[in-house]
Order: sequence, then structure tokens, then C-alpha cells
Amino acid sequence: MSFLRIENVGMRFGGLQALDDVSFEVAKGSVLGLIGPNGSGKTTMMNVISGVYKPSAGRVQFAGKTIADVRTHDVCKLGIARTFQIVKPFASLTVRENVAVGAMYGREGSKRSTQQSFERSQELLEIVGLARVGDKAASDLTIPDRKRLEVAKALALDPDVLLLDEVMAGLNATEVDEAIDLIRTVNARGVTLIIVEHLMKAIMSVSTSVVVLAEGKKIAEGLPHEVVASPEVIKAYLGTRFAERQMQLDEIKREVQLAREVEPGAHA
Amino acid sequence: MIATGAALAIEGLSAGYADTQVLWDVSLRIEPGETIALIGSNGAGKSSLLAAISGLIRVSSGTVRFGETDLTNHAPDRIVSAGVVQVPQGRRLFNSLSVEENLLMGAFLRNDKEVKSDVERILNLLPRIRERYDFLAGRLSGGEQQQVAIARALMARPKMLLIDEMSLGLAPVLVDQLLEILKTIRESGVAIMMVEQDVQTALEFSTRAYVLESGRVTISGPSAELLDDPQVKRAYLGV
Repeated sequence: MSFLRIENVGMRFGGLQALDDVSFEVAKGSVLGLIGPNGSGKTTMMNVISGVYKPSAGRVQFAGKTIADVRTHDVCKLGIARTFQIVKPFASLTVRENVAVGAMYGREGSKRSTQQSFERSQELLEIVGLARVGDKAASDLTIPDRKRLEVAKALALDPDVLLLDEVMAGLNATEVDEAIDLIRTVNARGVTLIIVEHLMKAIMSVSTSVVVLAEGKKIAEGLPHEVVASPEVIKAYLGTRFAERQMQLDEIKREVQLAREVEPGAHA
Repeated sequence: MIATGAALAIEGLSAGYADTQVLWDVSLRIEPGETIALIGSNGAGKSSLLAAISGLIRVSSGTVRFGETDLTNHAPDRIVSAGVVQVPQGRRLFNSLSVEENLLMGAFLRNDKEVKSDVERILNLLPRIRERYDFLAGRLSGGEQQQVAIARALMARPKMLLIDEMSLGLAPVLVDQLLEILKTIRESGVAIMMVEQDVQTALEFSTRAYVLESGRVTISGPSAELLDDPQVKRAYLGV
């Protein structure tokens, strides 16, 4: 039985079909990159998987349950947690308290004393690199640290699956490298990840598989290097005419190469 | 009408929203009457760069100069008055106003006596819009609305147009019509900076292009050369 399964999901907002018959599976322990041009439905899909939206068609199956049947605040108890593109800390609480709230009320919360929740918070702050600012108010954090806090808060829910929505937006190159390290660390601890990110270099380096959406439909799925070689993906990103031209130029290059092999020196 | 232009020179520009920086040390230049393309994947910062030029977001460092005038962090209306006018993404018409009223809004900052003759001149350029002159803008087709958006910008007497995603959601035949209109505008001496998701359209229509990647200019050069440059695809897809 598959771990997390998205089955024929459709999502309609009035006249807009934001998702149209999208299916894919997420393997346990994998890092799935969800990519696509603006407005392709990535964040909508994250909202369907995390139970924020009930899909208008199809379903998301996880741990033997259909997500839409689970109350939104219970989805985290099922083992799915997420971050938000616009970070949402409790601004007046300290960083440590923010994470402790997740540890208290999340999946394992009922098993923890307050003290144990704060201990868990401290562990997570160390993992994400925020122990140095644990006593600061969340509102005083820099942008990269706020993104780290968003990840720590989600991890405090003890998820099996973590959805990361644009955690690298607004980070500089060094911070992006640190974010990639953090993603690898989290994944190595057994958390399955679904990542939405504009930064293609990051997606390519960190994903074990990639699903590409365009205008609400799935247009490609596979290993990162396979997906970016897909004509459909190149068309979606660069426009049909440019994509076709590039493909013909590549074809000509291959033909020239072939001709050279047939008769060396003829096309020097 | 020959718009005697000035060069737009952007030097080391950084800008963003609240605490999030999206543009890093961007430098580019558009000569008077030149057409350049600004391309790059979504989230690269193209619209943000237009917003920074237009005074819609704050420039944190670097400069925007138009000829001898420093426009850095000037109010949007002063930038329009200086001749740098945007045709925004999604057209942003006043949908419940008529086409005529939309055009007149483009002349909002003008108090000269030539507004009426400019309307006539622009309607000659855009016969389709003349036919729709009394319609509510919101009732027009997508292609017609885009024409109104361009017409409204022309009413500000631009020396330079910043056109954001003109082709988005339009059928190729409509895009071709719009490009013909832009050619006429360009021949009158107006410089054009076009942000386009359709790379081929952008590179065919411009003389030079800049590729933005994660808020930085990573590639620039003559558009004809970029058409054959595999690095362009890399800038979009990472590999």
C-alpha cells in the first residue's frame, strides 16, 4: 500500500479550475518537489494535502484515511504538518515558546508534560539552528530565521510528512545552501517531504522525485533530470515556440554529430 | 510624435517587500527608443524590477536614472510625469468605467490642451478601441482590454513604456496584433522594456535582453544571440 496518495484531485473555485484530475504518489522517506509556473496550482495542492481545502473531486489518502474526512486540526495528528509561504509565528511569544506550543498540542502533545515540550522545543531549535535566539520574540527574527522557525514549529508536531511551501523565498545564496542542508537533515531523520519552491537549482539538488503542474494539470513526473528534459515542461516554462526552437536546434546538433561519426572531417 | 528620449540607467539596484529582498544589485540600461526584453522564470523578480522603476516598491540601494534625472524612490506620479509609464500585468483597467474614461485616466497628470487630440491620434492607431469607445472596459475581450491598457499608458505621453506580461492568456493571433501596435509605437521613438513569459516573443521583438534569475541579472546580450543560447533554458530550469 502506498504511503501518501493523491487520487484524481480536482479543485474548483467558481469558474477557475485550479487543479484538474491530478494524481501522484509520495513514497515514504522521499523528497518530492512540486513545481510549475505561477498559478499552476502548487499551493492549492499543498492546501488540499494538508486538509485546508476539501477537493471538489478526487481524494488524498494517507494512513488509511481520506484527508477531506479528517477535521483540519486533526490532520496534524494523523502525521501531516506544513509551513506557510507567509510565515505565521505567534509574534509576541519567544522562539522557544512558539515551538513548544507545537510540541504541546501536536501529535505527541498529550504524552508530554510542559517541561518535556520545552525540552523537545530546545532539541528542534538546535536541529534548525535557532538555539542561539531561543529567548527572542518571534517578531524580532530575521527573515531566514523566521523560515527556520516555521520549519521548527511544523516539526514540533512530530509529522511523518512535512509540506514546505516556499521556505527559500527571499533568502540569499548562503542562506539557500543552509536551507538545503536543513531539508536534508530533516529528511534524514525519517520525515517525508513535499517541497514547493521557485528556486529550480534547489529543487533539483534536493528532490528525489519531481511532479510538475501547469494550469492545474500534472504535465510531468519523474526524476529531477528527467522532468526538466521533458518537452512539456520546457514549453510550460519558456513558451511553446522557444521550446520547439531549442528542441530543433538540439536535434540539428545531434544530426551533425552523427554525420561526423559517419564521415569524420566532412563537417569540420 | 517623436519622443526625444533619455536613457534609463539602473545601477546596482536592490529592492524588496518588507523584510524580503527580491532584487540584488541589478544593473541595466535602455537607450532612447530602444526595445529590451526582461525574461526569467516566475519569482525571478521581473515585475518587482518594474515596480521599483515605477516607484511602487522602495529601492533599498542603487539608483534609477532617466537621462539627467534621478528617479530613485520618487513617487509613482513623478515617474510617470518624467515619461516612464507602466502597462501593468493583468491590465488593471478601471473595469466599471468606459474605455473613454480609462483613456482619460491615463492623462490624469496632464493639464495641457492636447489631451483631446491625443485621444484622436491613439484611436487612429487602435481602430478596434474606437469601435469600443463607449463600452465599459470590463465588457471587452482580453485582447481589447490589453489594447486599452496600452492606449491608457500612451495618454501619459511616455518616453518609455514598461510592459508587463502583455501576452498572458491571449491567443497568438491577438498577441501578433498587439506586437504590430507596439511596432508603430516604437517607430515613434518610444523606448520599450517588455517583461514576457513567452521567451520567443520577447527575444524576437527586442534588440537586447536581460535574464533575471533569483533577483539577479545572470545573462544579458543581443536578443538574437540569446535565442540560441542554451544558458537561457538553464536560467529557467536550473539545469
